[in-house]
Amino acid sequence: MTLMTYREAVRRAIRKAMQADERVFLMGEDVGRYGGCYAVSQGLLEEFGPERIRDTPLSESAFTGAGIGAALGGIRPIVELMTCNFSLLSLDQIMNNAATIRHMSGGQFTVPVVIRMATGGGRQLAAQHSHSLEGWYAHIPGIRVLAPATVEDAAGMLGPALEDPDPVLIFENALLYNDTDDVEDLVEVDIDHGAIRREGADISLITYGGSLGKTLSAADALAAQGISAEVLDLRVLRPLDEAAILATVAKTRRCVIIDEGWRSGSLAAEIMARIIEGAFWTLDAPLSRVCSEEVPVPYARHLEEAALPSTDKIVIAALAVLGR
Amino acid sequence: MSDPAIKVRLTRKHCRTLLHQMLRVRRFEEKCAELYTQEKIRGFLHLYIGEEAVATGVMQALGPEDAVVATYREHGHALLKGVSAEAIMAEMYGKQEGCSRGRGGSMHLFDAETRFYGGNAIVAGGLPIAVGLALADKLSGRKRVTACFFGEGAAAEGEFHESLNLAALWRLPVLFVCENNLYAMGTALDLSESETDIAAKAACYRMGAKTVDGMDVVAVEVAARRAVASLHETGAPQFLECRTYRFRAHSMYDPQLYRAKEEVEQWKERGPIRRFQEWALASGELHPEDVQEIEEEVAREVAEAVAFAEAGTFEPAEHLLQHVGAERRT
Amino acid sequence: MGTFVMPSLGADMAAGTLVEWLKQPGDAVEQGDIIAVVETDKGAIEVEVFEKGHIGELLVEAGNVVPVGTPLARIDGSEMAGEQSSIRPAQPEIKTAAPRVAPARQLVFPRGTGQGPRASPAARKHAAELGIDLATVKGSGPDGAIQLVDVERAERMRPEAVSDPGPDLSAMRRAIAAAMSRSKREIPHYYLTHRFDLSATLGWLDHYNAERPPPGRLLLGALQLKAVAVALKEFSEFNGFYSKEGFAASPDVHLGTAVAIRGGGLAAPCIRHADTLTLSELMESLRGLVTRTRRGQFRSSEIADATATVSSLGDRGVESLLPVIYPPQVSIVGFGSVMQQPWAVEEGPVVCPVITASLAGDHRANDGHRGALLLRRIEQLLSEPDKL
Repeated sequence: MTLMTYREAVRRAIRKAMQADERVFLMGEDVGRYGGCYAVSQGLLEEFGPERIRDTPLSESAFTGAGIGAALGGIRPIVELMTCNFSLLSLDQIMNNAATIRHMSGGQFTVPVVIRMATGGGRQLAAQHSHSLEGWYAHIPGIRVLAPATVEDAAGMLGPALEDPDPVLIFENALLYNDTDDVEDLVEVDIDHGAIRREGADISLITYGGSLGKTLSAADALAAQGISAEVLDLRVLRPLDEAAILATVAKTRRCVIIDEGWRSGSLAAEIMARIIEGAFWTLDAPLSRVCSEEVPVPYARHLEEAALPSTDKIVIAALAVLGR
Repeated sequence: MSDPAIKVRLTRKHCRTLLHQMLRVRRFEEKCAELYTQEKIRGFLHLYIGEEAVATGVMQALGPEDAVVATYREHGHALLKGVSAEAIMAEMYGKQEGCSRGRGGSMHLFDAETRFYGGNAIVAGGLPIAVGLALADKLSGRKRVTACFFGEGAAAEGEFHESLNLAALWRLPVLFVCENNLYAMGTALDLSESETDIAAKAACYRMGAKTVDGMDVVAVEVAARRAVASLHETGAPQFLECRTYRFRAHSMYDPQLYRAKEEVEQWKERGPIRRFQEWALASGELHPEDVQEIEEEVAREVAEAVAFAEAGTFEPAEHLLQHVGAERRT
Repeated sequence: MGTFVMPSLGADMAAGTLVEWLKQPGDAVEQGDIIAVVETDKGAIEVEVFEKGHIGELLVEAGNVVPVGTPLARIDGSEMAGEQSSIRPAQPEIKTAAPRVAPARQLVFPRGTGQGPRASPAARKHAAELGIDLATVKGSGPDGAIQLVDVERAERMRPEAVSDPGPDLSAMRRAIAAAMSRSKREIPHYYLTHRFDLSATLGWLDHYNAERPPPGRLLLGALQLKAVAVALKEFSEFNGFYSKEGFAASPDVHLGTAVAIRGGGLAAPCIRHADTLTLSELMESLRGLVTRTRRGQFRSSEIADATATVSSLGDRGVESLLPVIYPPQVSIVGFGSVMQQPWAVEEGPVVCPVITASLAGDHRANDGHRGALLLRRIEQLLSEPDKL
């Protein structure tokens, strides 16, 4: 076991993958000499050289597409997009190529590319650096979408993602980079299932990524009021672990979904729909959700806090579902 | 054809090959148009008729190990790269015997065996893919070329510029082939570009960039051979702008309001097949019997492709969700 | 010989207008020759022929709109005779042969009741399984919604038919004491009684019930309730509540009905909107009400907001009663038992069923004159039961 930050966990995972397989390389804006926008790749350039730690021009579409092409060509690129906001410049490549080529080619070609990007708000970076767009990507068949919320997942998801023959998008909530935890040195986690982070009986709190911490705090606060909340960390946003979702709801019969994306057309909406389809008769109360308010994330601290999910909002939503 | 370094020896055999390949594409697509009007082929159907010299000439410079990334007007490229006419026709029929199992259709022909990386129907969307394929070759130490075809309309897209820059910056073995047919769908080049010299744009990225008469199959072949030779020598990308013309509508359902009939007729006078065939006959490299023989050969190939497609089967709808992602253990 | 058909130029093209023939019968054509102009939704498109030969007969004149696949002309002397089979009007076969879309997952939409108390899906399902009437379950969820746990509790507490504990009699006694004391303390009662012949009513009732099985039959009580409810609707000063602000008439008639409890005591649960219910609906309500009341299981809405009350002695009582108003109501109508009594008619004395209706009114809200009219109106309504 080693005590490490989320940032170090991602870095170790990259290093481990690059050491194990010389086909693996990292490319993206400022991943080399700068050390990564979030310092994730610091030191890797010195270790692996500029061919494999490849700084790119500010050409998201071209270098993401090049990652897709390189994967088609038999190597294993890790493409880093600085934030999911910038990923929109490469959405064409992700959506129209990465996600479709296996299908359009009748299964002849696969695209084993891993695309990592930071997501989420909470750092007063305002409306072009703070959004959570993973729900959009989770809409797209043909890609896998991961949201490591723990240091262990940050360390353990990259390996299996690189082994996946299909495109995998990893969303790293930027607020998590400084989280610290003890992690097994050679940890590998599965990238198919959600994880129950806290057992409970009265209500299910379903969340992922940057909202997991807030949700666990809310579960503590609810416990103080005698309410036993179960916390499900989705971990995999596509394909959704529907069995885990239905299982926890069947157990507690009540559910609040916490999703940093905007409410309309959100991942939370999809989860609610799945619950209604699959667990309608087990419900004891209307479903509820805590999402980001429908506003571009503002700069001012108090406004940003008001815009994003918070522990208080989660507690209030849970109490309302419980009729308290 | 004056460059002493690279010459194309126009032997009788080679002349026959060039004419044969161009006619394969022409006759195949003429059949496609007919089948489209009979509703055998659906979706969009973009025909390459008039532009055959470009793909035919470039393909002479490529080997089986080289990759091709093409556009939605790619029947010819697929045929010339070695995908069978049968598999292509079956694909257009939506049959599971098609080269993409009926999942792609006319715009998305794929074939792993011949390294044909598709029909890409997003303008300029294929350029980054080609850059990536070349990057993989470079990082793997393989000496291969990735040829990327696109229209002049792609030059207006950011991906064109990003990709050219990236390929040049990283010295990647990509042969960019711009098929400049003067119209991006119905928008004329001079209505959409401040600089209409596409090769000049490419030259800005410090790569070898040439303009060639895309109606002259020999000229295209020579230019392509030179570009590929340079590519192998330097590892750096090359750009070829082939000035050509589409004789038919953008797709089937297009009344061609944007260009004059006279203009189309003028270009047809310079048609690549007509021109080459006349030259080959006049020079004695080919005889009328050769042409007759080629036509018969091609007609047979097309007829067999149609028969194959007709006899093909539809994939059961229960297979719908296949080929979206790998089957996973869960 | 081949056929030249209206070509399909796009999936969204169903028909085209043949604008012009560019070739005439007898003209030689080569494959690829433009032979006609077709107007489509997108504009005029020149269409080509796919075989070599001579134009034969033109089958469609310029100016006509024809569907895709319609033969437009015959091509004679086609050199592609061997392929004629593929040059023909569009065959529907390709469409029918196309793979059918897999059937959508069977979705079963549970039919919601859309009424009754607010209950969670889980609670509804469980209650249905146990045969528990959700109306008898007290909810602990948001806004009193019934949840699964409430149904489970109700199941544990469910009264057995034999050992029905019934209502808490001592509590009831205390409640009656409080209400009636307040009534006599605060309300200046006046009383009116009115005796009338019930032959027509009972005759109609016998006739009505003779045609029906027991569950569909009516009791006189249902007719009495309906008659009183309809009359109260017309005499609004008898229907409503008296408070510190004075009397407020109620726009609706929610009729309390006094039900005697075995072992002593009584309760007056109400039938809401009694004036709007049919006789059979009233009967059904009455049955349920009496059953539940005797079990102590009335709904809160049945207790709370009666706007007036009826107290009927039934058939084992006495001739008449002078009832006490249930505050804050302002009237109560009583019915004594039906008695066979001598009755004077024009032809002389006869014996017939007679009933005595009584009214206790709150003199703060209404007066005896109108009260008398109210009782007469009740008599009239009861004498024409088919109109109730």
